[in-house]
Amino acid sequence: MVCLLTKTELPVWLLRVPKRVGLLFACFVLACFMPGRAAAQSSNAEKPVPILSGSAGAFSFVTAGQQTLDEQINPVLLVPLGDRWLVEGRMECEGAFQRPASNEPYGGEVSKNLDYLEADFIANPYVTVTLGRFLTPFGIFNERLYPIWIRSLQQDPLILPLSAESSDGMMLRGGFRANARANLTYAVYASAVSSGHNNLQSDRNAGTRMSLYFPGPRIEVGTSFQKLLQDTRTNAFGFHFAWLVTGLPLNMHAEYARSIQGSGYWIDGTYRLSQLHFWRKAMRRTEIAGRAEQFFSGSISADDAAALGLVPANTREGEVGLNYYLRDGLKVVGSYARQFSSAGNLNLWSVGIAYRFLIPLGPTGAK
Amino acid sequence: MSTRISILICAVAVGLVMYASVVGVPAVHADSPSGKKDAAAPTVLRNDDANAMRVQGELRFRANCGRCHAAPRKFPPRMMATVLRHMRVRATITDEDMRLVLFYMSQ
Repeated sequence: MVCLLTKTELPVWLLRVPKRVGLLFACFVLACFMPGRAAAQSSNAEKPVPILSGSAGAFSFVTAGQQTLDEQINPVLLVPLGDRWLVEGRMECEGAFQRPASNEPYGGEVSKNLDYLEADFIANPYVTVTLGRFLTPFGIFNERLYPIWIRSLQQDPLILPLSAESSDGMMLRGGFRANARANLTYAVYASAVSSGHNNLQSDRNAGTRMSLYFPGPRIEVGTSFQKLLQDTRTNAFGFHFAWLVTGLPLNMHAEYARSIQGSGYWIDGTYRLSQLHFWRKAMRRTEIAGRAEQFFSGSISADDAAALGLVPANTREGEVGLNYYLRDGLKVVGSYARQFSSAGNLNLWSVGIAYRFLIPLGPTGAK
Repeated sequence: MSTRISILICAVAVGLVMYASVVGVPAVHADSPSGKKDAAAPTVLRNDDANAMRVQGELRFRANCGRCHAAPRKFPPRMMATVLRHMRVRATITDEDMRLVLFYMSQ
């Protein structure tokens, strides 16, 4: 249809699009709709059904002697449409309550955030197109380890605020087998909306994450890059590592990130005590977790750092925890951390319970 | 500067997509003449094939899901299909892994 229009009849915005971008976009559309080798996913017996999932938890955090009661419920709605679409969203409702003085009642705020609300189109086995508000694919913690039922230690890593948690725009992502020994996964995104709204914070940015997963040794290594397209227009980059040790119930993760706001790393490990030969039933349900992390302040003021949720000075922290699974998706957690900082050393204690729920919103096909 | 970066990112994305589309991945149902899974066809598998897929499914399940969280119990097939579609996006597990895990988890 465009061919039938003269140049003067074309919309102004279309004339402004550089030819290179137009060509790339055309190639992309072509590639997306190339017939994949595996198009349809489901037979009737396996036709996906909408699900209400999520997690709920209650925790008590004691930071330098100051107690905070933290209650949260984070519902996740998954609505599959046809063979190729999935609409999904997650809300985070969290109440943090403190006692101003020992005799006064607990008080605090309840925050409600929309973490993501996205439409995913599985174009072919190699490309999934995501539109809407999505979790920023920078490193692995924000996207994959953040939910309270997944994370082995309930305190956030110190470097988590270095990249935006959610972005509004478009993302392409996928994973495929690069060769017999490795899978390649990628995510490329652009966030078009800058919002300072309390419940819908996001920045204009663009970025990518790529990783290689080696199924033999079960090791994943990857890198992330993000370019802020507003204000300071700074870059952030990072690396991540995950290792599910073969022959041992040990799971390790690590991340490094650097930006103008600061830099740092964390490394954690979770060991399930299933190999111990006493109290086997209880030991199979018990895991110990540990994390070491370090944060280096960047070129921003302490006020800006506090506004982002960063610690105000160079900080080191070591944390150990114990988790006990009462049943699938329900665990009791406890941890202790010691933080060393030029702003003052402190202890952090936490104890609580986390629960993952999964409710089908239709017939499940169970016999 | 930002336009260049955007173009570079687009170029990387297009390159990846084109590469993946041209190279392809080994089909799970390699015994099928076309190499495709026919959703409408009844899934009649020999016992050996089914066992092999189940073993592979369990391996992939432990390798993919266990990287982030403790292994959940099995869910009914239609719930599992939704969960796996979600995990395909969230954890970028491959199409092949998704099918094998779905087979294993819905047995």
